[in-house]
Amino acid sequence: MSAPHIPSKAAAAAVLPERGPDPVKITLSVNGTERTLEVEPRVSLLDALRERLDMTGAKKGCDQGTCGACTVWVDGRRVLSCLTLAIACEEHEVTTIEGLAEGDELHAMQSAFIEQDAFQCGYCTPGQIMSAVALLKEGHASDDAEIREWMSGNICRCAAYPHIRAAVRTVRDQT
Amino acid sequence: MRPISYSRATAVADAVATVVADPTSDFLAGGTTEVDLLRQNVLLPRRLVDINDLPLTQIEDRPDGGLYIGALARMSEVADAAGVQERFPMVAQALVLGASAQLRHMASMGGNMMQRVRCGYFRDATSPCNKRDPGSGCSALEGFNRGHAVLGVSEHCIATHPSDVAVPLMALDARVHTEGPHGRQVYPIDDFFLLPGETPHLEHPLEHGELVVGIEVPGLPMARTSMYMKVRDRESYEFALASVAAAVTVEDGAISDVRLALGGVATKPWRARRAEEMLHGAPADTESFRRAAREELAAARTTPLNAFKAELAQRTMVRVLETLTHPERQS
Repeated sequence: MSAPHIPSKAAAAAVLPERGPDPVKITLSVNGTERTLEVEPRVSLLDALRERLDMTGAKKGCDQGTCGACTVWVDGRRVLSCLTLAIACEEHEVTTIEGLAEGDELHAMQSAFIEQDAFQCGYCTPGQIMSAVALLKEGHASDDAEIREWMSGNICRCAAYPHIRAAVRTVRDQT
Repeated sequence: MRPISYSRATAVADAVATVVADPTSDFLAGGTTEVDLLRQNVLLPRRLVDINDLPLTQIEDRPDGGLYIGALARMSEVADAAGVQERFPMVAQALVLGASAQLRHMASMGGNMMQRVRCGYFRDATSPCNKRDPGSGCSALEGFNRGHAVLGVSEHCIATHPSDVAVPLMALDARVHTEGPHGRQVYPIDDFFLLPGETPHLEHPLEHGELVVGIEVPGLPMARTSMYMKVRDRESYEFALASVAAAVTVEDGAISDVRLALGGVATKPWRARRAEEMLHGAPADTESFRRAAREELAAARTTPLNAFKAELAQRTMVRVLETLTHPERQS
């Protein structure tokens, strides 16, 4: 480790430049496209996507990190966009449900959710799908118990869980 | 959420200097607790210093068989690390049993050490709470306190420490490394977490602007067969009602070495030193385990709603010790 830095107690000026609290211009890379927008630093990634970029795929369920409806990927990892600040995503790659299909061709997991009837009201579905695709990449879908455990961060109030697991199994067994 | 401003640091010294210079600035790591509490107006910093770009993501094997885990290694990365799974299974198990897959990708190890309590009266931003508003009183004492602590409590606070992974780290005598206004500090983990006493708002011995940079885990051969067991109201994605991290060595039917720590029942990650003392040299049988567990929980101070935890913690301790010493008896 480097030698400890011992700042002067009298230092009045911060070392690092400060942005905000008024709206600041930020650039986000969303589904491979650079998007520039003005947001206050307190704005969540979820609100930036939904309210500023008109990408309403990620859903606002609880807005406190408990339901998983807002699940997106940052640098390929599934995270909760409600507990992520948009400004903190600069220089990182954000992927949302809108970025999953290839043109008109649905992602295999999207097709499997339709085939397996893996939703009722559909509100949690974008988060479920983003989580499910990441789950397969993470390699934690060997059996139903493992799928259940590693999908536990996505709540479905319609309790479509058995069908969601069926969709995950379907895609798992395709590869 | 109140308005905040934002800075992003790329060097530890810059991050520390910036927060030290401004009493209204705080560090931002994974944000899984912090952003939540900002939105609830429980935390009220004026500015956040984003530390996620700092070079603190290492998970290193140490020559003594131990580990050094950078503060910004994510819970999921540490749980996946071969050295952690092989040499410290109770650490990997505790991580995987915490939160959800999404939160584990976000939450950093340093942030886990600094996470705040889940007490509903602390989190509602309005009830009297000595942790949030020193001197205002504790609403949990006479309130809904089923999930609250029974060990290490005071008449000023009974909030349970929520971390899972801090429990095995406590059993392992981990050390928390920080950088701050007075340079590098290394804290034995038991000293890093403070009991509430009369000052529940003080949770760590840290100065403002002192940043957790890493966690050192000393080598411990018997930790290779350690385990973490977590008991909770639902099977997944829930905090512990009681949890136990344990490693034990048996020679000729007697316990020659043992490490035991409890989660979910205490105001800090709880090293079960009384139980360890009773188990040293004792026969590795159910009677010894029960006696040691009873001794550890003898100091429990319960409420009508959480009294069950004293018994639950004992049973969990016995179950873990049985499993580790007589694996053939477990289904």
